[in-house]
Amino acid sequence: MSVTAASPHAYLERQARWTWIEVAFWAAALLPFWLTPNYLVLASQIAITALFALSLDLILGYAGIVSLGHAAFFGLGAYTAGLAAKHGWGEPITGLMLGALVAGIVGYAASLIVSRFRHLALIMITLGMGLLLKEAANSASWLTGGADGLQGVKMWPVFNTFRFDLYGYVAYTYSLIVLFLVFLVARRIIHSPFGLSLRGIRENPLRMPAVGASSRAHLRKIYTISAVMAGIAGALLAQTTETVSLASIDFERSADVLVMLILGGAGHLYGGLVGAIIFMVARDQFSGNTPQFWYFWIGTLLVAVVMFLPNGILGGLAKLVSTWRGSFWRGKS
Amino acid sequence: MSALSTRGLDKSFGSLVVASDISFELPQGARHALIGPNGAGKTTLINLMTGMLRPDAGEILLGDEEITALPPEKRVSRGLVRTFQINTLFPNLNALEAVTLAVCEREGMARAWWQRISAYPSAVDEAHAILSSLMLGADCYRPTRELPYGRQRLLEIALALATRPKVLLLDEPAAGVPRDESAELFAAISNLSRDITVLFIEHDMNFVFRFASRIIVMVGGRILLEGTSEEVAADPRVREVYLGKSHHGVRHG
Amino acid sequence: MIGPVIGVLFDGFAYGMLLFLLSVGLSVTLGMMNFVNLAHCAFAMLGGYVTVTLMNRFGWPFLATLPFAFLVTALVSIVFERVLYRRLYRASDLDQVLLTIGLAFVSVAVAAYVYGTIQQPVQMPSYLRGSVTVLGVGFGVYRLFLVAVALAITLLLVAALEYTRFGAQVRAAVDNQRMARGLGINVDGAFAFTFALGSGLAGLGGALAIEIVGLDPSFAFTYLIYVLIVVSVGGLGSIAGSFAAATLIGISDVAGKYYIPELGPFLIYLVMVVLLMWRPAGLFGRR
Repeated sequence: MSVTAASPHAYLERQARWTWIEVAFWAAALLPFWLTPNYLVLASQIAITALFALSLDLILGYAGIVSLGHAAFFGLGAYTAGLAAKHGWGEPITGLMLGALVAGIVGYAASLIVSRFRHLALIMITLGMGLLLKEAANSASWLTGGADGLQGVKMWPVFNTFRFDLYGYVAYTYSLIVLFLVFLVARRIIHSPFGLSLRGIRENPLRMPAVGASSRAHLRKIYTISAVMAGIAGALLAQTTETVSLASIDFERSADVLVMLILGGAGHLYGGLVGAIIFMVARDQFSGNTPQFWYFWIGTLLVAVVMFLPNGILGGLAKLVSTWRGSFWRGKS
Repeated sequence: MSALSTRGLDKSFGSLVVASDISFELPQGARHALIGPNGAGKTTLINLMTGMLRPDAGEILLGDEEITALPPEKRVSRGLVRTFQINTLFPNLNALEAVTLAVCEREGMARAWWQRISAYPSAVDEAHAILSSLMLGADCYRPTRELPYGRQRLLEIALALATRPKVLLLDEPAAGVPRDESAELFAAISNLSRDITVLFIEHDMNFVFRFASRIIVMVGGRILLEGTSEEVAADPRVREVYLGKSHHGVRHG
Repeated sequence: MIGPVIGVLFDGFAYGMLLFLLSVGLSVTLGMMNFVNLAHCAFAMLGGYVTVTLMNRFGWPFLATLPFAFLVTALVSIVFERVLYRRLYRASDLDQVLLTIGLAFVSVAVAAYVYGTIQQPVQMPSYLRGSVTVLGVGFGVYRLFLVAVALAITLLLVAALEYTRFGAQVRAAVDNQRMARGLGINVDGAFAFTFALGSGLAGLGGALAIEIVGLDPSFAFTYLIYVLIVVSVGGLGSIAGSFAAATLIGISDVAGKYYIPELGPFLIYLVMVVLLMWRPAGLFGRR
C-alpha cells in the first residue's frame, strides 16, 4: 500500500482521463446492431431513458437536489417536439433544439424557486410542480390531446436522408448519438471547476458560503442545464415514437427515473445509464406478468439497495475495486 | 482604521438575549482572543459577524466598509473568513479538491463548466502550496473523512486561507485535537501572516496566553472587559466567571 | 343559496378531518426525528383492510373494527420501526424516501395480490347512513360521525400533549432533540411510542376513509400526496398546523372540484407550492 506520489496535475489529469471501461461501455453500446437487431426499438428507448437519468444525476447525484418531479422537463421537451412536428415542422434536429429550449426556459424559471429550498420543502415543491404541469397538460387537451395523447406527429428524415424506420435502426442510431454528445457535455461539467463546486454543495452546503461560493447561482445553473438535457430526452422520445402521451410527464416517470438512478448509483456519471439499462430490460422481460409483481420486486429492490448497497451498483463496485487495489488514496468521485 | 469593528450589535431569540451592545475593534494585524464561559454568545458573535445571523441592531464594519447587510459569501470575498468549531468539511472530497474548490471560487473560476480543472494549473498549484505549508501535502489525495481529526482541523484552516482572508475568525481551532497532533496546529497558527488580522475563540487558556496579545471576555451576551493577558488574568471579575476553570486547562471537543 | 355553500364547507371540513387523522402522525414524527416516512399511507391502507376483513370475512360491526384498525396498524408499525426504520434515523433524506417508497410499493403489490384491485364494498351500519337536515341544509350522518371522532381525538391529543408528562417530553423532543436527550429524556422511547400512535391514527383514518373515498391498493399513493401536502403546509411537528392545513386543503379540494371541476386537483397543488414558497417550514413550522 504505497502513496501515489503523483503531482497534483498528474492526479487531476488522471481523474479526467477516459478509462478503458468507459471506452468498452460505449463500444458495447454498438453491439445491439449486430447481436439484437430485433430489439433496436427497445434499445433506443433505453438510450432515451438513460439520457433522462443522466440529467437527473447531475442535479441529484452531484448537486444534491432531490427532485420528485423531473419528468416535467422530459414532458415539456416531448410535447414541444411533438407539437412542432404535428404542426408541419418535422425536422428532427431543430425539433430537438426547440424541445431543449422550452424545457430550458421553464427549467430556469423553476430553478429560481428550487434553489431556495432544501429537505422536505424541496421534495414537495418539485413534486408539486411536476403534478401541476401534468394536470395542466391534462386540462389543455385542445393542445396536448389530453388523456388520448398527441396524434399526428410526422417526422421528416434526419438530415433529409435517414428516414425513421419500423425496425428502429435510425431511431437507435439517432438516440445513441444524441445521448453520447450530451454525455460528453455532462462529463465536461463534472470535471470542471463548476462540477467541483457542485460536489461541494452536495457534500456540505453550510461550508460553501464560508468559502465565498454563491450556491444558489450554481444550483440555478445546473438545474437549468439538467432541464435542457431532460427536455432533449423527451423530444427524442416524441420523435422516435411519433407519439406523446401524459405518461411522459406523470409522477410514475419521475419515480421510475429516480429508482433507476439509485439502482445504478448516483454521482458516478454512469449510474443512471447502468440503472436505465437494467431497469428497462427487466421491465421488458417481466412486462408479461401483472403489474403487482413488478411493483413488489421494485419495492423490495429499493429496500435492499438502501439497506445494503446505499451507493447503488456502481458505488458498490467502486468500493470493491478500491478495497481490492488496496488503494485508499484515489478519492474518485 | 481598524480591520474589523462592530458597533452596538444586539441579537435576541424571543426573550433570550444572546448579544447585547457588542462593540469592539480589531486593529490591523491583531492577534486577539475571545473567551468566556459556555453560552456566553461567542459563536453567536462569530455568526453575526460572518452574516449567518442577522443582528437586531448595530453595525459591522470591515475596514471602512459597512457590511451589516451583506450575505455571507460576499463578506468572504471581501476578506472576512471564519473556521468552524466542529469540522465543517467535504467528507468525500480529498484535501486537494477541497482547497482547489475554495481557490476557484475566490477567483471566479467556479463559473466555468466547459473547461477541465486541469486547465487551471495556477489554482491547483496554489491549493497544493497552501496544503504543503500546513503539512497536509502528503495527505492531499485522501478523502477528507479518512483524515485524522487533527489533520481535519488543519484542513479547516487551509480552506480559510485559500480565500485570502484579511480578517480570520478561528472558532476553537484546538478543540478536540489530541495532544500528539497539536504541534502542527500550533505551528500553523504561529505561521499565519502578520497581514492577516486574527480573532480566535478558545477555552484552552494556554493557547490563549501563547498566541493572543489582547483578550476580550464575554459573559451572558455582553463584553465584560477587554485588555492584555496580564490585565485579564488579574481581573477579579474574570476569576469569578471562570471559577475553577483556569486550573483545568480544559480541552473541549 | 347559502345551502350549497354550507354543504360544500361542511363536506370540505369533514374531508379535512379525515386528512387530519391521516396526517397528524406523520407530522409529529417528522418533527421529532426528521424521519421521512412515505409508507405512512400504506399503514393507513392497512387499517382500512383490517376493517374490511373483519367486517366482510368475520361479520363484525363497523364500530367494533375501528379500535382494531388502530391497534393492528400501531403494532405493525412498531415492528417496522424496530427492524428497519431505526437504522436510518441518521441517513439522508433521499435514503429514507427511497426505503419507505419501496415499502409502500411492496404493500401495494401485496394488497393487490390478496384483495384484488377493485374497491372494497363495505356496508355501513344503518345508523350511520343517510343525512340529517338542519336549517334546510343536509348533513351526512357519516360525515358528522367522522367530524365528531376527529374532534374528540384532537382534544385528546392536545390534552395529552399539554397536560401529561409524556406530552411534555414529546414537545421537548420536537423542539430540540439534543437538548431533550441531554436532560435525560428518553427520546428514542418517546419517538417509538409516538410513531406507533401516529401510525395507529393513520390506520384508523384508513378505516374511516372507506366510506368517503373508497379503498383499493392505490390508496397508499393517492392519499400520500394529500398527506404530504398537509404536512408540509401545516409545518412539521405541529398538531395545530396539521389541523389548520388539513382543513384548508380539505375545503380547497372539495370547493375546487365543486365549483371549477375542470381544474381538478390543480388547485391544491397550486395552493401547496405557493404556500411553501411563502413559508417553507409550513404555516406552523419552526426552523
